[in-house]
Formats: sequence, structure tokens, C-alpha cells
Amino acid sequence: MNLRSFRVASWLGWKIESNWTDPFLFAVYSIVKPLAGAAILVVMYSVVTGGNFADPLFPYIYLGNAFYMYVGAVMTGVSWAVLDDREHYKTLKYIYTAPVAIPFYLMGRGVARFITGTFAVVITIAAGALFLHVPLDLAQVNWPLFIVSLLLGVVMLALMGLLLAGVTLVLARHSDYLGDGVAAALFLFSGAVFPLDVLPAWLRPLGYALPVTYWLELLRRSLVGSVAQAFPTLAGFSNLQLLGILAGLTALVGVSAVFVFRWCDWQARERGYIDWTTNY
Amino acid sequence: METTIKKNSGWRLFLQTIMGRAYPRVVGMQRGKSWIFFDTFLPLLSVSAYVFVYRALGAPEEYVGFVIVGGAMTAFWMNILWSMSSQLYWEKETGNLGLFILSPAHLMAILLGMAIGGLVATALRAGAIILVGSLIFHVQYAVTNLLQLLAVFLLSMVALYGMGMMTSSLFLLLSREAWHIANLAQEPVYLVSGFYFPVKNLNFWVAACASLIPLTLGLDAMRQLVFPSGALLGFLSVPVEIGALTVLSVVFLVGARLLLGKMERLAIREGRLTESRR
Repeated sequence: MNLRSFRVASWLGWKIESNWTDPFLFAVYSIVKPLAGAAILVVMYSVVTGGNFADPLFPYIYLGNAFYMYVGAVMTGVSWAVLDDREHYKTLKYIYTAPVAIPFYLMGRGVARFITGTFAVVITIAAGALFLHVPLDLAQVNWPLFIVSLLLGVVMLALMGLLLAGVTLVLARHSDYLGDGVAAALFLFSGAVFPLDVLPAWLRPLGYALPVTYWLELLRRSLVGSVAQAFPTLAGFSNLQLLGILAGLTALVGVSAVFVFRWCDWQARERGYIDWTTNY
Repeated sequence: METTIKKNSGWRLFLQTIMGRAYPRVVGMQRGKSWIFFDTFLPLLSVSAYVFVYRALGAPEEYVGFVIVGGAMTAFWMNILWSMSSQLYWEKETGNLGLFILSPAHLMAILLGMAIGGLVATALRAGAIILVGSLIFHVQYAVTNLLQLLAVFLLSMVALYGMGMMTSSLFLLLSREAWHIANLAQEPVYLVSGFYFPVKNLNFWVAACASLIPLTLGLDAMRQLVFPSGALLGFLSVPVEIGALTVLSVVFLVGARLLLGKMERLAIREGRLTESRR
């Protein structure tokens, strides 16, 4: 039942995400938004450095921002499904009464955002390599490290999404802010677009505690190894150590997600929140 | 004993409608104080990330101020997108739009009420972002001409909310795609309007086209007036930008009036006022 819930939810999520318009407009929509977000950082960088894209800080910022798109897509995609089904489509109660494994259903709903997110990430990185001298050499990429890190990271983000989905179940107001708020916090504290050393010393421990920090570092290292050596923040860790830390933190997030979701799910059923419509 | 209700008509009803629609937006903020956290702290997180990018790049400290002011102005753009342009779509979704049309209240007055209420509420949020952001990052301001600064801000707001009223009539015809279109108009607008960097750094024609969005010129003029090196990084001179904003204000308000009437008739004819295609 788990796999079937996941598969059907993935198909449903794709339909919801994509069939509001024709494929051409959908493709434009999927490309323009992330490219514009990346372009803001490119212009900021260019304004200050006078267009010196050879500095290792540029690929650090550019790749960090590109892969960070997955955070918004996967994590928020999973948690948003609760809000969408409960408040907008008003179908959550029917899904609860059907033979559906809810956590797998919610994670399945995030798959569509993962697909469109992948589309955006690939195009952003390709644009960087082609037009902005991001030093990406496909022959030099550490593919095994890249694939393992990417998959582990996506699982970690989906589990964080499940955790937020649980919290969303018991929130009346501002639940639509929850995913975006957490994504904004992770963007700041994980050093996605600047080395963690730039943060005030008292804030850095927050960054070291986040799995996203290690995930982004591993992805940068696997694609452009020289970037990692240019910044001292995590230079003391080997790839294997970083992978171990990421795996450990992902397991921790997974256990927390399961327990938090179960508790929130029970609370939501107990208080009658499953078919709640606040119109807030 | 029956209570007689005094019913207004004409301009009195118009004013009453404006006040009635503005009321929930302003009073709502007093009733639910949680906005202080969600509408101030959360935007500050994104703004802080951009501040740290500039710090990592070793940019002059004034760029931190540019980001704070730009970040505060995003609150107005978000308000235009989600609480002005797409508002009639939400009203359609919740079933209120049909009631608005049935009532003797003028739709233009409803939009004006939304604009005024939204402007007041968002100004409080933007002010809080500027205040907290400036305190955290020690931003220094040097206002060179307070009168011009007030004129720029007010004209920017009139033009911006006029634009919001105009686009809301277009959203009247939209269905599910409204959410996606509003969502699409975030990052691209932050880019071309120079929310996080001086718009002068873009190609002249890109900046000129982006000037159709009132916040482009408004932000540029405000930065010129509140930061010592702002004038050097300005796209056009402040008086020219004030003139352009005045023209935009008139065009958008008149455009809103004309377009609303046309779109309302079209929506009624095509039966889109009560449709709900989720």
C-alpha cells in the first residue's frame, strides 16, 4: 500500500503542478523563475567584483544557490500538500478515509516539485557553465559522490518536508508561511550562498548543525573540487567524513520526522483538524 | 421597535465601501499580532542572506543598506501580487465576488479600499523590516531632501497600487493559473527592478522597461535620497524619476478605472464571476 500511495500521489502531484496551462508556458514558468533568482546573485556578484567570475567564490555562490532550489521544491512541496488538500481542494478528509498511507502519499506529492526542481537546477547550472564560466568539467566530476550525495540529500529534504507537513496539520494560521520560513532560515544558516565564516561566530553552530550545510558542500566538491579547498569552513573534513555526517543527520531527521508526524497526525485527528478550513 | 438603517448612495456609499474594505486589513493586524513575527522576522532572513553575500564579497557597507531598503520594499510588491492583483481571484474562490457584484457597492471602491488597507498594513511591515534590519546591520542613512523623499514614496505607492488595481481586473478573468502567474512575478521582478542592487547596473533599456513597474524608479530615487553615494549609483535624476512616477500614477489609476469596467462586463458575459476551476 505504501508504494502504491507514493506512486499515485506522484502522478496526482504532477497533474496538479503541470496541467493548469499548456506545456510551453509551463516550461517557461519552470525556467524563468529559478533563472531570475540566480541572476539576482550573478548581478550582485558582478556589481561588486566588476565581473571577475574566475574567483572561487563565484562557483561557490552559484552552485549553492542552484542546488538550494531543491530545498524549496522538495521540502516545501511535501508540506504544502497538506495545505493544498485541506484548504484549497478540501480533499484531505477523503484521502484520510481512503486506504492510503498518508506519509507516503505526502512524500509522493513532493515528487512533481522534485521533477520541476531538477529541470530548474540543470538549466541553471548549464547556463552558469556556458555563459558565466562556472568551471564545470564533466570529465572531472566525481559522479559516484555526486549521485550518492544528491540522493541522500533529496531523501533528507523529503523527510524534513514530512516533519513540516505534520506541524502544518496542527497549525491554523500562517501554515502557508511555514515551508517558506524554514527554507529561508536554511538558506541563511546553511551557507548556501556564502561561506559560513561570514556569519557572526555565535550563529555558525546553527549552520554546523544543519544537514543542508554538508549536503551543499558535498555537491560542490563533487562537481568542482577546487571550490572546497578555497574556503576553510569544512576543509578539515574528507568527503567520506562529510558523507557520514550527512547520513547521520539524515537518519536523525528521519526519526524526528516519523515521531513528529505521528504525534501531529494524532493531535489533528483528536481535535478534528483534518477537514479544517480556516480561509486564513 | 424596528431599527432604521441609514442607507448611503452615491459618493457616500463609495466612501463607505472604501472604509469597509480597508477596515479588515488594518484592524486584522491589531487582532492577530503574529504578523510581527511572520511578516518581519521571516523576510529578514532572506534579506540577511543577501547582506551576508555582500559581506562575503567585501562590498561597500552602503550595499547593505540597499538590500535592507530593497528587502522592505518587497513587502509592497508581495502585497500587490497576493492581496491586490490576485485578490479578486481569491474572492471568486471563496464565493464573495458574486456578492460584491450583487451589492450596490462600486467595484472600484472595493479595490480602492483594498489598496488603502493594504498600503497602511504593508507600510507598517516594511517599516518594521527597515527598523530591525537597520539596527541589526548598523545601516547609516543620510537623508538629503526629506520633501523629495516623501514625494517619491507617496507617488511610488499611488502608482504601485494603481497598477495593482489595474492588474486585479485582469486576474478577474483568470482561474487556476492566477496563483502561478502571481508566483512567477516575484523573482523576475526583484531582478529587473533592482531590489537588491542599484538598477543602473542593468542594461539601460532593461532598466527603462523595468521602470514601468513603479517600484523600480521609486527604489532608485529613495536610495539616491537616503544614502551618501546613492546619487552616483542612480539610474535617472530624482526630479526626472518624480515626474515619471507622477505620469505612472495617473496612467495606472485611469487604466484601472477603464479596464475594470471592461473586464467586469467581459467576466459577466463569459460567466467567469462564479466559476471555480480548481
